[in-house]
Amino acid sequence: MISRVHKVLFGVLLLACVAMAAVLIRLRNRAEDRLQEQAGGAPAMDVTAGAPPSQVTLYVPNDLDDSLVAVHESLALPENPSAEAQELLTNLVAAFRAPGSTHPINVANGVNEVYLMPVPKAAGEAANPGQLAVVDLSAALASAQPSGIEPETLTLLSMMATLHANIPSITEVHFLVDGQPRATLAGHADLTRTYLASEANPTPNPEAAEGAQ
Amino acid sequence: MPPAALSPVAPRFVVVVDAAHGGSDEGARLGKGVLEKNLTLMLAERLRVLLQRQGIAVVMTRNGDVDLPSLNRAEIANHAHAGACLVMHATATGSGVHLFTSSILPADRPQILPWESAQAAYVTDSLKLESEFDAALVHAEIPVTMGRASVEPMDNLACPTVAVELAPLVPGNATAGRAITDERYQSTVEGAVAAAIGSWRADWREQ
Repeated sequence: MISRVHKVLFGVLLLACVAMAAVLIRLRNRAEDRLQEQAGGAPAMDVTAGAPPSQVTLYVPNDLDDSLVAVHESLALPENPSAEAQELLTNLVAAFRAPGSTHPINVANGVNEVYLMPVPKAAGEAANPGQLAVVDLSAALASAQPSGIEPETLTLLSMMATLHANIPSITEVHFLVDGQPRATLAGHADLTRTYLASEANPTPNPEAAEGAQ
Repeated sequence: MPPAALSPVAPRFVVVVDAAHGGSDEGARLGKGVLEKNLTLMLAERLRVLLQRQGIAVVMTRNGDVDLPSLNRAEIANHAHAGACLVMHATATGSGVHLFTSSILPADRPQILPWESAQAAYVTDSLKLESEFDAALVHAEIPVTMGRASVEPMDNLACPTVAVELAPLVPGNATAGRAITDERYQSTVEGAVAAAIGSWRADWREQ
């Protein structure tokens, strides 16, 4: 025979389990909503309402002559620096898939996230070493990326140059794919190392195009 | 009897040719069923023949369709004490020949080379070797682009190193279009590269 005390205790524990399950389901739904907002590319919440668009420079690669072409555009940028960096790269990737692109990569969402963190200062170093940008590329971009030293290197250099030109405090860049370290972008360009933004060093192009606003 | 005086042995000029990829690593898909791993091996073998005709010793990192980690490639190359290292690649993107040296920053040669940055002591020579290739290819009317890249195993190589990436020839004002599989186009590129290495050897001997 089960005593009355044990029956009551069992009932209370059962109720507690049901309540916890309800709380966990609610938290999971909230997290899903947050992720969906981000996947929809909507840092709109970060864009300062009524703020004027900023003049930015996107460095678009040219596969035929292995160069980076400066393209000037006006973009509404979020205030949050990480979101700003992501917005820049999102627009850069949009240039890759545009009709007539000189560096065609057909991918809708190329950059999942950009994380910014300070570069550790070496002992005795007086100057601010700047920021490290960890660029989380999407697996879709890595799959769509044409394979070869030149096309892959150009993709990385264009991102580095674009970030550094518009956010000069970014001095180092490291790349992930879907949040994971990866040996190469598409079989050639090394993703295991951290790049110096100065490696991009784009040559000024006197024929820089004005993009549509 | 006193022992015979030992005559100094002249250092031997060796070229290492690394056909990129292989085995399960197919490399780029170049169209019409052509895989980069097979094309690089074919180019490397034909280049070996051209160099041996000039009396140049050649060490290949691979002679067949095998998996070969970059660590092993670098070990083979460094063991050969090469006067020049070529890393052969191919791509369907761009036009002509893309020449790359390591993007690693140059550094003075230490007594013991660190594995991760062995190439740092050779970058200056790599750039000179790259210029030789550029001159020879331009002379052969092949469009050339030059750049710096971070591609394995270049940073681990203790020799002047250039990655030679063959791309199709896009028709231009002065050039007719050529597919990457065009044998005459390939032959022109190989001949230019072999000639450049011959010229590099002459400079190497003088040093």
